[in-house]
Amino acid sequence: MTGYIVRRVLQALPVFFGTTLLIYFMVFAMPGDPIVALFGDKGVNPAIAAQLRHEYHLDQPFIMQYLIYIGGIFRGDFGTSFSGQPVGQILASTFPVTLRLALMAVVLEMIFGVAIGLIAGLRKGKFFDASSLVVSLLLISTPVFVIAFVSQFVFAIKLGWARPTVSGGANFQELILPAVVLATLGVAYIIRLTRSSVIETAGQDFVRTAYSKGLSSRRVTRVHILRNSLIPVVTYVSIDFGILLVGATVTEGIFNVPGVGRTLYQAIIRGEGPTVVSFVTVMVLIYLVVNLLTDLLYAVLDPRIRYGK
Amino acid sequence: MANRDEHFVADYSNTEFAEIDAVRISEKPTNLYLDAWRDLRKRPMFYISGVLIIIVTVMALFPTLFTKVAPNENCYLDNSNGAPTGEHILGFTRQGCDIFSRIVHGTSTSLSVGIIVTLMTLFMGVFFGSLAGFFGKWVDAVLSRAGDIFFSIPYILAAVVIMSVFSDYRNVWVISAAIGIFAWPSTARVLRGEILRVKQADFVMASTAIGVSRLRILIRHVLPNSIAPVIAVTTISLAGAIVAEATLSFLGVGLPTSTMSWGNDISQAQADLRTSPQVLIWPSLALSITALAFIMMGEAIRDALDPKARAQR
Repeated sequence: MTGYIVRRVLQALPVFFGTTLLIYFMVFAMPGDPIVALFGDKGVNPAIAAQLRHEYHLDQPFIMQYLIYIGGIFRGDFGTSFSGQPVGQILASTFPVTLRLALMAVVLEMIFGVAIGLIAGLRKGKFFDASSLVVSLLLISTPVFVIAFVSQFVFAIKLGWARPTVSGGANFQELILPAVVLATLGVAYIIRLTRSSVIETAGQDFVRTAYSKGLSSRRVTRVHILRNSLIPVVTYVSIDFGILLVGATVTEGIFNVPGVGRTLYQAIIRGEGPTVVSFVTVMVLIYLVVNLLTDLLYAVLDPRIRYGK
Repeated sequence: MANRDEHFVADYSNTEFAEIDAVRISEKPTNLYLDAWRDLRKRPMFYISGVLIIIVTVMALFPTLFTKVAPNENCYLDNSNGAPTGEHILGFTRQGCDIFSRIVHGTSTSLSVGIIVTLMTLFMGVFFGSLAGFFGKWVDAVLSRAGDIFFSIPYILAAVVIMSVFSDYRNVWVISAAIGIFAWPSTARVLRGEILRVKQADFVMASTAIGVSRLRILIRHVLPNSIAPVIAVTTISLAGAIVAEATLSFLGVGLPTSTMSWGNDISQAQADLRTSPQVLIWPSLALSITALAFIMMGEAIRDALDPKARAQR
């Protein structure tokens, strides 16, 4: 097990450096001079511009800039945005909001997805199954911004059940609508995963054995079918959680959620190199860690899977 | 030879084995794809999605068959967000142009982005996935890590950065490249996993034994037997590419607003969502239906190509 983890971490290293180098290069190649932009409508003062360029290491060649930046990350310094705010501070203020939103979305999609998928799988081919299939296909094929706009229009503006946008505090009531929107796509996938997994498990010999030794169908469903069907669902949910943590740019933008996704999008549009690169770096780290944990979780849930040799 | 034991041998033609061994000459030889095709033709989902895809394709190629109204002429601000009248069956956009005509004429943009991205991911995914899966060892290690690099950056964000880099050259090709370059690893992964499985088959060892070259084994024997799941994934990813184009246009980094596309129409309609939601709903609906058609087609193909799923039904 330890050997496996060490090997996975070693494998993750080139991915980490490759990803940060790639994103750093792309931001480097973005047109526009951020230092000139800082002066706004005023004329550029060459002396101050040169000093700023030196402070942000913009006078160095590309590869040196990257090395200085990566060196800073390993010392816990995420750099400074062009507006002078430490990027670490921006991360610390936006990440908790995104974490709360992601947790709410994941809990919602787990509850509804598994419940609907289980019923659909047990009543294969019946009306409930067919209609849940249609609904999940519709949810998968509708872009998230359409779902976000329509639910904002219907639930917040027409019916007044929720606040249309989120304030700086981003408390539970305000986040419920964006969380539902984020959960819709996941719900659709979980319904389908649970359904096919339940159908497969229900055909297994041990389920027939459980029935034939006289267990109630409620107990067979709960203990024998559901538990054994949940492995692919748990894998999907943990990967989805990783994706949500990385920030839902579109949903956060529409609902004005002060989270990672919206901040990052604005940083890209403004050409805020340091912020973009730091955010993406943290995202990639989260992604790699979540992937590793998912694979380990897999082994915990399914005793047949053993990592190591 | 004298005390040869006499064994009773039943008349072969009278046993049931004759039936099993018999070569049915009248029956056409079958293979995975023929079976899948027969199975597909029994599925209502295949027909529904097939008809939708044909309609969308014809609409993209010959938009004037569907509407006589020119999309960008006779746009009067008097009609801004106006209700349907006469031949303007869905009403007017904010600029007073015909909604239905713009949807019909925008089809080709969305569809071409979908097709270009799909072809790109297919070529890159098949090339890198088959090399990684078939040759293994360091080739696999390098290609898999390279795939991970592109996979671990959220593709919307990556596309936003690329589109900002190429902000002066925004056209269908650039936006397709921006989406496709971060989409191929998933195709490569699917194919790699499948090839790892097929590589173990006896016919591969047999080909090696009679001296077939490695490249020929890969192209003639391994690839045709492992491409099936890729076909399904690719059809579904076409829908994903169409949605991605709309999302990028919505974020303001997609195609220039002068280009007619569903994403641009949705993006421009969002300002008036509270007063006239129908301007946003119609192009969204066109987008959803098109995506739905490709997803349904992909799922039908996947189920038809999977003997396990076929047996389960």
